[in-house]
Amino acid sequence: MHGLVNGAIQSFVINTYGRKRWTHVTEAAGLGFCEFEAMLTYDDALTEAVLDALCAELCRARDEVLEDLGTYLVSHPAVEALRRLLRFGGETYVEFLLSLDDLPDRARLAVSDLHLPALELREQGAGRYELCCGPGLPGFGSVMMGILRAMADDYGALVMLDHDGNRDGVEVIVITLIEVAFAKGRVFDLGARAG
Amino acid sequence: MRGQNALADLLTQLCPMHLILDEEGVIRDVGPTLQKLRPDAPMQGRLFLDVFDLTRPRSVTRFSNLLAEPGVKLNVVFRDTPYTALKGQLVVTPDGVVVALSFGISLLEAVRDYALTSADFAATDLAIELLYLVEAKSAAMEASRQLNQRLQAARISAEEQAFTDTLTGLKNRRAMDHVLARKSGVGLYYSVMHIDLDFFKQVNDTLGHAAGDYVLQQVARVLVEETRSEDAVARVGGDEFVVVFDNLTDRPRLRRIAQRLIQRLEQPMQFRGRPCAISASIGIAPSVEQPDCAPAELLRRADLALYAAKRAGRATLRFFDPHGSAAEVETAPTARMGPAPSGGEMRGR
Repeated sequence: MHGLVNGAIQSFVINTYGRKRWTHVTEAAGLGFCEFEAMLTYDDALTEAVLDALCAELCRARDEVLEDLGTYLVSHPAVEALRRLLRFGGETYVEFLLSLDDLPDRARLAVSDLHLPALELREQGAGRYELCCGPGLPGFGSVMMGILRAMADDYGALVMLDHDGNRDGVEVIVITLIEVAFAKGRVFDLGARAG
Repeated sequence: MRGQNALADLLTQLCPMHLILDEEGVIRDVGPTLQKLRPDAPMQGRLFLDVFDLTRPRSVTRFSNLLAEPGVKLNVVFRDTPYTALKGQLVVTPDGVVVALSFGISLLEAVRDYALTSADFAATDLAIELLYLVEAKSAAMEASRQLNQRLQAARISAEEQAFTDTLTGLKNRRAMDHVLARKSGVGLYYSVMHIDLDFFKQVNDTLGHAAGDYVLQQVARVLVEETRSEDAVARVGGDEFVVVFDNLTDRPRLRRIAQRLIQRLEQPMQFRGRPCAISASIGIAPSVEQPDCAPAELLRRADLALYAAKRAGRATLRFFDPHGSAAEVETAPTARMGPAPSGGEMRGR
């Protein structure tokens, strides 16, 4: 698993639950270290072990934890750079949704060995969309749930999200757009590079 | 006039940084994004070359010259601050002279200076993708830079903590200090032998560093072979070595070991078919002869003995003599056929 993915989990746990709990998790997972390097690649089994240990530590189901991770990635100041990159997807929430098909390619453009599952947005009409998250990264659909929810807040849109389960390894998320401009949302200044 | 309006409408959609000029070079229409760069100074009605300084093509000084080169590529800079550079193309149409402009590489500063949003760019413009890429790459670079810094720090601390001389595989000075520190108890039997190579500099100077490194490795091998596994052998400087003999203070035995070392080190070595001739000077200090002597002091005494051996001529060994002048000098039996002549030979090459 790419170090950026592992690093995202690490950053989420440390900034949400504290470094002490992260240390517990790494010990319970038998990592033998407690800092993932963002630019190295690790055995997939390590990521699995960390997630198992994390869910046990928090006494919570994996999909809930992963959804929180997705929300964290968009809303926490420590990872502002990622939110900015997602906001490059478009001016409105709908434009952002439509840009998700390009997300894996965009990610690879920046970090050539970062492979995200294929994403496909299907427009169902009447403000309804289905996002299909391809196989390759188990639980990615849950993370996307959190990202979609937090990005809706970011754009000030009001949406309903439903994880529609797993169809042949493809996770499907149903997005119902209730109001495009529900709240003010957060400012996105093209020229203000996140430090 | 209708034609010009239609053209302006089209360009506003597809090229929001356009200008339409008349044949005198007066600006008749301005794209909305371009005008946004100078919100308080309407460009309409002004001369193109009054608003912009033409940096390329350089030779052109008058607007009429530009018309003679239809389709010409332009580089222009605003005449007032911020001096944003723009690139563009000039096309002459029946409805006016069209100048299509874009930011090029100045895009990064421009979005900051003018608070542009993605709505300011045409749908086909790659500006947003470029901005995305710059930010994404910067973030990835930053992660890589941090990794490199951590690796570099880890490397330095590993080197600082290392006990091994990487060239020879012997202990290094740090490790030797640790070995000696453990000898600080009173009444321990051990000896310190300080070895300095003779003629090593000539090998390095005439045959190069690779030959020098090879010689040091051979010396290390000889030192390990001629000592016991419980003795500590270290390279403590460029061509300086220290051996700490555990439980051994017997002079005749130490002498035999030192003589054998000199003898073996004088045996000719070949590096890429060329002879490297060296020898060694040795100073020895056994602990029992200097009761209550701290290890560091014993090392210093071995060093003094080495100095005396060097002064007495090369390829010799000497024990530390507390009474100074009556030092015991011993010349190794093979020293008479020492390497000085071949050293001279090498210098001759």
